[in-house]
Amino acid sequence: MATYMEQIYLTIVLAPLIGALLAGLAGKIIGRSGAHWVTITGVGVSSILSMIAYKYHVFDGGETYNQTLYTWLSSGGMDFKIGFLIDSLSVTMMVVVTFVSWMIHIYTIGYMYDDPGYQRFFSYISLFTFSMLMLVMSNNFLQLFFGWEAVGLVSYLLIGFWYKKETAIFASMKAFLVNRIGDFGFLLGIAAIFMAFNTLDYAAIFSNVAQHADSTIVILGDEPWSLMTVICICLFIGAMGKSAQVPLHVWLPDSMEGPTPISALIHAATMVTAGIFMVSRMSPLFELSDTALSFILVTGAITALLMGLLGLVQNDIKRVIAYSTLSQLGYMTVALGASAYAAAMFHLVTHAFFKALLFLGAGAVIIVMHHEQDMRKMGGLYKVMPITWICCLFGTLALIGFPGTAGFFSKDAIIEAIRHSTLAGSDFAYFSVVVGVFITALYSCRLFFMTFHGEQRIDIETWKHLHEAPFVVTVPLIVLAIPSLILGAFLIEPMLFGDYFGDAVHVAESHDVLAHMGGDYHGISGFLLHAIQHPLVLLLMSAGIFVAWLCYIKFPDFPAKLVSKFGFVHRILLNKYGLDDLNQRLFAKGAIRIGQLLWRFGDINIIDGFFVNGTARSVRVFSSMVRHLQSGYLYHYAFAIIIGLLVLLAVFVHGILN
Amino acid sequence: MTFNSLPLLSLLIWTPIIGGIWVLIAGDRQEQTVKYFAFAVAILTFIFSVILYCWFDPDYAGMQFVEEADWITTFNIKYHLGVDGIALPLILLSSFTTILVILAAWEVIEKHISYYMCAFLVLTGLMNGVFAALDAILFYVYWEAMLIPMFLIIGIWGGPNRVYATVKFFLYTFLGSVFMLVAFLYLYSAADSFNIQALHDVPLSLTAQKYIFIAFFLAFAVKIPMWPVHTWLPDAHVEAPTGGSVILAALMLKMGGYGFLRFSLPITPDASLFFNEAMIVLSLIAIVYIGFIALVQEDMKKLIAYSSISHMGFVTLGFFIPFSIMAASGSPASAIMGMEGAMMQMISHGFISAAMFLCVGVMYDRMHSRMIKDYGGVVNSMPYFAAFMMLFAMANAGLPGTSGFVGEFLVILSSFEANFWIAFTAALTLILGAAYTLWLYKRVVFGEITQDAVAKLQDINGRETFILFLLAIVVLIFGIWPAPLFDIMHVTVEQLVQHVSQTKIL
Repeated sequence: MATYMEQIYLTIVLAPLIGALLAGLAGKIIGRSGAHWVTITGVGVSSILSMIAYKYHVFDGGETYNQTLYTWLSSGGMDFKIGFLIDSLSVTMMVVVTFVSWMIHIYTIGYMYDDPGYQRFFSYISLFTFSMLMLVMSNNFLQLFFGWEAVGLVSYLLIGFWYKKETAIFASMKAFLVNRIGDFGFLLGIAAIFMAFNTLDYAAIFSNVAQHADSTIVILGDEPWSLMTVICICLFIGAMGKSAQVPLHVWLPDSMEGPTPISALIHAATMVTAGIFMVSRMSPLFELSDTALSFILVTGAITALLMGLLGLVQNDIKRVIAYSTLSQLGYMTVALGASAYAAAMFHLVTHAFFKALLFLGAGAVIIVMHHEQDMRKMGGLYKVMPITWICCLFGTLALIGFPGTAGFFSKDAIIEAIRHSTLAGSDFAYFSVVVGVFITALYSCRLFFMTFHGEQRIDIETWKHLHEAPFVVTVPLIVLAIPSLILGAFLIEPMLFGDYFGDAVHVAESHDVLAHMGGDYHGISGFLLHAIQHPLVLLLMSAGIFVAWLCYIKFPDFPAKLVSKFGFVHRILLNKYGLDDLNQRLFAKGAIRIGQLLWRFGDINIIDGFFVNGTARSVRVFSSMVRHLQSGYLYHYAFAIIIGLLVLLAVFVHGILN
Repeated sequence: MTFNSLPLLSLLIWTPIIGGIWVLIAGDRQEQTVKYFAFAVAILTFIFSVILYCWFDPDYAGMQFVEEADWITTFNIKYHLGVDGIALPLILLSSFTTILVILAAWEVIEKHISYYMCAFLVLTGLMNGVFAALDAILFYVYWEAMLIPMFLIIGIWGGPNRVYATVKFFLYTFLGSVFMLVAFLYLYSAADSFNIQALHDVPLSLTAQKYIFIAFFLAFAVKIPMWPVHTWLPDAHVEAPTGGSVILAALMLKMGGYGFLRFSLPITPDASLFFNEAMIVLSLIAIVYIGFIALVQEDMKKLIAYSSISHMGFVTLGFFIPFSIMAASGSPASAIMGMEGAMMQMISHGFISAAMFLCVGVMYDRMHSRMIKDYGGVVNSMPYFAAFMMLFAMANAGLPGTSGFVGEFLVILSSFEANFWIAFTAALTLILGAAYTLWLYKRVVFGEITQDAVAKLQDINGRETFILFLLAIVVLIFGIWPAPLFDIMHVTVEQLVQHVSQTKIL
């Protein structure tokens, strides 16, 4: 088995790339169905092989694979290489990425059937799959950064897929630039690592990490800072961009301008979790800096709480889910901060399935409603779309952490882990994630009730034409609904308390909250029982469901009254705490002002106006003076010669006398 | 060895020059013949450069393909040619780019096509001469002679404000080079030779080195260009025809960088050490200050010109960061990395800026406007063009996987070793570069069509596709696998770093 693995890994990466190239470059020749067949086959092959690799590494205890593919370049005696590191951590990501991507490829046939950019779309999402695989399979920071930027590029291309739509192309540019701010920090982190370790290879870095535990670096003044803290915070800034943590989250809600399949694939299930994956991968580094961990903890907590609140006031069905994604990413980040990397990864996996499911469900509603996304114009859809309705119900239950669903296990594990954490900021984080449970339940059920239940706010004409979504749309929904329900029960024991990740994730003993929890863990039923015995979380969840039921089923007029009563709060939430305005005014306009100032004043006035053309002017003035000297009259010259001789003579005599 | 028998460097210099003169003689009447002949000469020159690459021995530290003959014996001036690992990539770049500009002119230049082709061919020969010359006076002759065809290119085929631009271009660069000549004359008095390698070894006092450094600085900083002597470039670019802009950006600027490597650093190492902080500061100003200026440009060519200056900031940063690194850690490894990164940045910028100017050229040929506001929604009528331009825009923004990333990455990595804040400031280009490039792309290419003229645009034809395709291939290859380019530079750059780390003060 092990001998074939290298070929298998290569095929996993290259199959989607080949699909993308064929669909992208030969799209006209192979046609629409050709494009979806090659890409679906490519990603399908990749997905099945990933599962084989998963079995090999997770079930059969296969050895970690860490090999170089080729040398990108060598300079100054240092080699920069491209290579794969495959262990239980990367293989988990590979399965999630390829499987969700595969389902979304199939779903796209239905969603994009009437779009003129059909082939281009398939090419992009396959290219995305390739980039994401390069990112997760990398064994070094260089390739990680390659993948990191490449997924950013594809995300940019896909958000702006409908390039005529002004909001879409604005959102795509915004997404790329905000991500670049994160990448700026990320690159500095990589540079710091390179300075400290003289290599970008993970294994070489991790084996020497202890040497640098107490290294310092002077950045501001004379105060030495811990090198590890600087590295980890820089790297985490990268994660904040990609995984949309406050304040670099602003691009994610806007990214909903893109087609729904990519919202599910890129902006919910996979790309946005790259930051979570990266921090887990770098756990040996992060474990050395309590400061960085606290920073992560607090950032995640703020994101989890504040972004969930914004989900309460949105009426666009996709935006509600987008804010929910932000909030759930906050949960994962909090888990990272508490050193519960396994819990973060666990939630990443379950979230990938149920959030992709919810997005695809929303997408199904959107296409059936002819691209209507406003929930105020929906309602009662369960009657016409039973499959979508049931699948979305399962997704919602998983999202709110209904006991037994996948989301229940992963979310409860995070909450428990934070309860055990002793880092600075863990109290605030615990408060945030617990309150977050109520908010999650409230906005999720609000979405579910407003869309599928309650009063039909759809006009009769449209209602007549409503029907269940086509086969290619519902099948992926059903396939994703299954893991959303049952995956948690299967994974919790090995992933959190077993030896699932092995050496891939390193946790310092003093931080090991999961080991702490492991002592009290007695099987799934025990975990369920524990949740019932400490009912705070379950009560909050039930309260959320109940309030949503009251407000959107029982007394649908109530929310409007609440809004008129608390208009101020509502406005703050609608304006997203004013962060978008601030960014637009301060950074976007500010940069343009600085540019104008430097250009008009610096380049045009000072350099060109004063120096360059000023020099030219002085040359003209000077030469017009000098011109008088060349009058052409002999007596002028003779006079000048005599004067000159006299002056020379005077100087000469003066010299002798002294 | 066979290459000793073939004067490859002379062929690289004189084939295009003689071909150019023949084109001129043939005149405008035989338009088709002239075009095909010029194209054939360009291809032939490129083949010579490829042979040069194949026969080049990357493990040999000295000059290769050396040709030496007496020229002006009274002053010991020689016709002395040779290449090493930093000249070779630039010769390859210049021969490659010539093919592109000749193809780019094919149906576009209507006025005096034979003069145009002649100017470019002669220019190529002279540029190869600059990169191959091992005699300071020979270098100077090629260097100054190059101004003439460029002057004519902008002056004859340029835009409406071409006279101001040409005069500014000529005076700026000429003024700088005069100081270089003075420095050469002084060095002759010290070394009794114009042989560049002899000049590398001649001992000099720190004061003398400082003056020489400043004289060289005036020549090379104007050419590359560094802030604050950069203002000729946007004007020259805006007025130049597409081919002129391509050569200007892809090659003329690189002469400044090459000059720093060939003259400033090895001849005045102690002065370079003395001035290195100032040079780093100027480089960082170029990266950030110019990045902001590029953001607000309304003229596409100006925007790309400013972005060129910003990218050249990485070149000078990479050239002078080794001094700071060796002062901070004493390790030559990162110093070499910074310098090779800067070389890579020069080569890569040659491809990317050429591509960006060609893209603007493609649009300008159809619309006769360079203003961003006259466009919008180009993707609707020119989808293939839009795809190419997307790739080049991303390369311009330094996306990994394109050649634009490699140099910036290495320079940032190595400058972190010297100082956190240098790396921090340089890395701002990640944000600024993306901002000005993507905003340009968004305004020009994306969106609904707002102008009737844009709706009528024809997508790129076969010739244009071929040019952009060639560039796309090299941009991607050097992004995915830059190793071959580095392999030919290693020995030379190592030797250079070794050389500059030793004092020349007696």
